[in-house]
Amino acid sequence: MNVILKTEKLRVEYRSREFRQTSKVALQGLDLEVGAGEVFGFLGPNGAGKTTTMNVLLGFVPPTSGTASLFGIDVRQPIARQRIGYLPELTYYYKFLTADELLHFYAKIFGIARAEADKRIAELLKLVELEHAAKRPIKSYSKGMQQRVGLAQALINNPDLLVLDEPTSGLDPLGRMKVREIIQRLKDEGKTVFFSSHELGEVETICDRVAIVHQGELKAVGTVAEISAGHENLEKAFLKIVGFQNSPLP
Amino acid sequence: MNKIFAVAGVVIKELYRRKDFYVLFVLTALLTVGAGAVNFFNDEKIIRYVKDICLLLIWVSSLVIAIVTAARQIPAEREARTIFPLLAKPVSRGQIITGKFLGCWLATGIGLLVFYFFFAVIASSREHTWPLMTYVQAAWMQWCLLAVVIAMVLLGSIYFAAPSSTSTISFVVVGGIMLLGGHLKVLALQQAEPVQSLLIFIYYFMPHLEWYYLSDFVVYNMGAVPWLKIAAATLYAATWTGIFLLVAWFGFRRKNLTT
Repeated sequence: MNVILKTEKLRVEYRSREFRQTSKVALQGLDLEVGAGEVFGFLGPNGAGKTTTMNVLLGFVPPTSGTASLFGIDVRQPIARQRIGYLPELTYYYKFLTADELLHFYAKIFGIARAEADKRIAELLKLVELEHAAKRPIKSYSKGMQQRVGLAQALINNPDLLVLDEPTSGLDPLGRMKVREIIQRLKDEGKTVFFSSHELGEVETICDRVAIVHQGELKAVGTVAEISAGHENLEKAFLKIVGFQNSPLP
Repeated sequence: MNKIFAVAGVVIKELYRRKDFYVLFVLTALLTVGAGAVNFFNDEKIIRYVKDICLLLIWVSSLVIAIVTAARQIPAEREARTIFPLLAKPVSRGQIITGKFLGCWLATGIGLLVFYFFFAVIASSREHTWPLMTYVQAAWMQWCLLAVVIAMVLLGSIYFAAPSSTSTISFVVVGGIMLLGGHLKVLALQQAEPVQSLLIFIYYFMPHLEWYYLSDFVVYNMGAVPWLKIAAATLYAATWTGIFLLVAWFGFRRKNLTT
């Protein structure tokens, strides 16, 4: 397996700013490997450490100890992010820019030449069906349209690895279908997709492998079939792994 | 370098799309033109007084634009969470800080150019002289000062989360230096120890922004300042700007940014 995303003994500790408060361990000794061309689902209950892992991989938070690398380059170096695309859970874009301006801005950050950027942006706007609104400020877009701009910006550099943070959360069924279609398309093109999600049915359908984290530790990793073995489905396996007890309520 | 210019471009775009800055910009331009255009029987003293007021207005307006713009750059990025898709690209935090600085500095420079143009046209039409070099030097010195102020405010914005607190502290510090900076050493010599040593220390280790106010040269047509002094003042401003940006980068580099 050609590993393109790797963490070794990754530990993240948030120091409390409150007097006499202990620090919080968000990740402890996380070892993870994602191979090229995989669609990798990263699962865990809220507060399990999924977002922290993504924050480390994207350079938002430095690890307390251990290492994390993308394409063999330490994530603390900006160049490690040259071949990745990132779609945040919510739409975090400059609302005063138009979609066209935003995409040109990110293209410049990636060092894409103007002519190539123009061509790529036209293709992406067509892909996310925003050609008609390309010259309108993003603040005038609906939530779904903003999410589609997000997808376009995540693909601006034709990334080899796409990092998606709960990509379908808050989307209508049509939007979810579109995101799934794009993930499938990227998979067919041999791209790697690393995404976190709470939608276990969706993960079951599109992922090659999944990892389950809980309380900052890696609890299970393997193919969907391996994880689900002995259980009715992935959801039941997930609940067992995170130690969920059956609710006393009917 | 392209990445820095790309970040700077977004700062400039945001600035000219914000209506509040437009209002301040147009108001200053109108007041400058209006005050300069009033005919006070061509009394020289009154003309000088009006010129002084107009220059002060330009100074205050450009300082307000610079401080308020710079103070909101990083906190607004964090609050709107636009920092995350940006940092997920191959751009370093140092490049972001530099781009933010450059954007603010260029934007205020454009504003300053327009203000001084209006001022020069009106003042020259009243006095029938055109001391171009004095105007260029006055504008350049003010732009150098704005570089130091913007870098200082960016540094503050790394440590103070709210743009309002950064702006307020920056206004107090800049105002304090402008008003007291030149007199601090004299004041220090009148104090007992250890206050005297403390004030002398502050005097030598603070950016002397008051040196950049060339109002008297413009108002009294005192001619141009020797270029060597302008070059030295430029170097001094560049040094302070560099120090503030370096410390800002150091603070921002280690900052945890959690989504």
